[in-house]
Amino acid sequence: MMDAGRHPKIELLVDSEVENVTGFVGNYRAQVRKKAQYVNTDECTVCGECEKVCPVVVPDEYQEGLSSRKAIYMPFPQAVPSSYTLSAQDCLGFNPIACGKCKEVCDKQCIDYDVQDEIIDIEVGSVIVATGMEVYDPRENDEYGYTSFPNVITSMEFERLICAGGPTEGELVRPSDRKIPMRVGFVQCVGSRSASRGVPYCSNFCCMNTVKQTLLMSDHYPGSESIVYYMDIRAFGKGFEDLYRRSREEGVRYLRGLPGNVQEDPENHDLIVDVENTVTGRLEQHRLDMLVLAVGLVPRQFETNGNGKRPIDEILSLSHTSDGFVMEAHPKLKPVDAPTRGVYFAGTVEAPKDVKDTVTQAGAASGRASNLLSAGEVKIEAITAVVNTELCAQCKICAAVCPFNAIEAADKKANRFPDFIEAACAGCGTCAAECPFDAISMRHFEDQQITAQIDAVLAEDRMEKVVTFACNWCSYAGGDTAGTARLQYPPSVRLIRTMCSGRVDQSFIYHAFRKGAPMVLVSGCHFSDCHYINAVTWTQKRVEKVWTKMEKLGIRPERLQLEWISAAEGQKFARVMREVDAMLRDVTEEEVEETMRILDEEEAKRLGSAA
Amino acid sequence: MNEETLRVGVFVCECGHNIAGTVDTEEVARYSEQLPDVVAVVQNRYTCADPGQNEIKAAIAEHNLNRVVIASCSPKIHEPTFRSCVEDAGLNPYLMEMANIREHCSWVHMQDREAATAKAKDLVASAVGRARLLEAQEEMTFPVTDSALVIGGGVAGIQAALELADGGHQVYLVEKEASIGGTMAALDKTFPTMDCSI
Repeated sequence: MMDAGRHPKIELLVDSEVENVTGFVGNYRAQVRKKAQYVNTDECTVCGECEKVCPVVVPDEYQEGLSSRKAIYMPFPQAVPSSYTLSAQDCLGFNPIACGKCKEVCDKQCIDYDVQDEIIDIEVGSVIVATGMEVYDPRENDEYGYTSFPNVITSMEFERLICAGGPTEGELVRPSDRKIPMRVGFVQCVGSRSASRGVPYCSNFCCMNTVKQTLLMSDHYPGSESIVYYMDIRAFGKGFEDLYRRSREEGVRYLRGLPGNVQEDPENHDLIVDVENTVTGRLEQHRLDMLVLAVGLVPRQFETNGNGKRPIDEILSLSHTSDGFVMEAHPKLKPVDAPTRGVYFAGTVEAPKDVKDTVTQAGAASGRASNLLSAGEVKIEAITAVVNTELCAQCKICAAVCPFNAIEAADKKANRFPDFIEAACAGCGTCAAECPFDAISMRHFEDQQITAQIDAVLAEDRMEKVVTFACNWCSYAGGDTAGTARLQYPPSVRLIRTMCSGRVDQSFIYHAFRKGAPMVLVSGCHFSDCHYINAVTWTQKRVEKVWTKMEKLGIRPERLQLEWISAAEGQKFARVMREVDAMLRDVTEEEVEETMRILDEEEAKRLGSAA
Repeated sequence: MNEETLRVGVFVCECGHNIAGTVDTEEVARYSEQLPDVVAVVQNRYTCADPGQNEIKAAIAEHNLNRVVIASCSPKIHEPTFRSCVEDAGLNPYLMEMANIREHCSWVHMQDREAATAKAKDLVASAVGRARLLEAQEEMTFPVTDSALVIGGGVAGIQAALELADGGHQVYLVEKEASIGGTMAALDKTFPTMDCSI
């Protein structure tokens, strides 16, 4: 921590949040809101005079609310930067008439109530997401009496109580009577590994954290008794089994079975635990002084909107696996890469992990970022828009739909055509799909390249095919996930890949129906996952237009389906493929031929009017 | 190279049993021979391995190929591999197209060899149809800003920031709280070494 605070190459921005990131690999621009810091962190000498006079007393979050702090306070003794901080939320108000005591006593005059939030623009080549996790809140399923019995505490509260820097200076005391508990129970998997309560996954570190805590108990309080209630002890890492063995040798009892019932003795707040020992098959009852809940961790719940704030995963278009953690570019081969180039993950934002794995992953992420930064230059895929000025009518639609502001609008009066900023074009193809004059083409994803694929898959046995357009990042990758998981589904789907579903021109859909497709599926990212900001909204609008027109022409709109499938949703991909396959069975040869006839007529009309 | 005459090579990967266990790759290879402008078809045990890549390079030279279709796994895994492979053989990397007959075919239709084979043929035909219309592309090169944004000042962010900064890169470490440290700073000792967390 100290090293990071004083490293000449690290600019530390505390009390700050990233509000937006734009750009592309090697060339990102970030906007960071540096919240008003009412204490000048460079000037503060941590003398503590301000704290003494502050009249506000609130629970101290760092101490898990087990002690209090003032409105002006040190976050914790070793804080970096080493400075007091003033909580605007807790302060009586920045009006010196209302209070202003801290300002009066500050010799260095480093308190200023008038500072404002600041927006800082930063240019970077790479982004590392290390936003961490949240600890499971046991109040959610209050099964062990956490909210009713004072001597039931969480493993995090145990950490603060046993820590020399904690509210009791390292004395583990019972909240009810401040006595040292000599009989302590530990309940494992609180919030973890349950389909109905908390989360279904294993939180990874809680077993070993409890093993550690039992050792701290026997070290601090010789003669104390610890009992651990567990379903499995997962001591899988290097040195873990040794530690587990040491704990058992110290006399800690490990009982396989989770408490079925916890009651409190109203006389003395002792806890009475009923548990089935699943090894002996017997019911046991234990009287304990304290019960510690080994809480797992959950993906961080970002504050969403209300105040216009967007969570960081949305800003960076990050997808999530079914457990809610961010999804890697590849679970084995690119475990620290985000699907977006130049963005990497470190720590528990990616999955639950302990400190050692977090440090390892942070090293890997910085190594990946360093490779990119040291290379000095980066090549961008040659998938960008090209405008044909002969066909362009200077209507400006392309500029309006481009999610990246890569197109400067045309101007008919000045006879100026749209100007493409190739470096800013990310290649979604929305402009090409929306251009009413077919004046925009996408390099490497040209109209005729895509229609050639449609023609090829419908050449034979067309009644057995579902023509499916899938975006590269989510739906196509969702198909890959289904494959990796060996999820079986009917073989009717024929995937045609585009970078974004925004590329899917209405004409592709009509082309498929005109060539005899019984079913067409358009599939893209969920709105929040779209890799091209909001291109997917244009996909939806376009498909809705096609539905309306199909209805008008007497073609069943159900034959065109629209689905959002993320890269992690292999299960959903397989389910959607089963569903569209079932719909395919309802389409008759006659219906398809009728559609082909109708669309041939439409095409003839279109060509006639064009001529 | 004469762009007027298309010369497509198709490479069908068995991926050991991963593809060939479900899809009749010989049948797919036979079928590929009659697709328009296909002048060479090669079956490989593992196309991505060096021997497989060498076969691609040899076939490009021998048959003067100007389009390459590789029927194997997902392009999300090996598109970069095969792009650089054809580039090594003197072909523009954008003249290579992949047909995903593993993740999207052999792995998801394991009980139906016939249908999986028919689908694999379609996917190859579709890729050949697209490949015939592919054009050479030049990639743009951009300079990289030599700095990194690390979001989150817990143990992960601190470690990543230090590693990058020690490597000489400018780092911006953004933390929403008043101090860095994150969850780890609230722990007493850490396992398995039982040392202090701060």
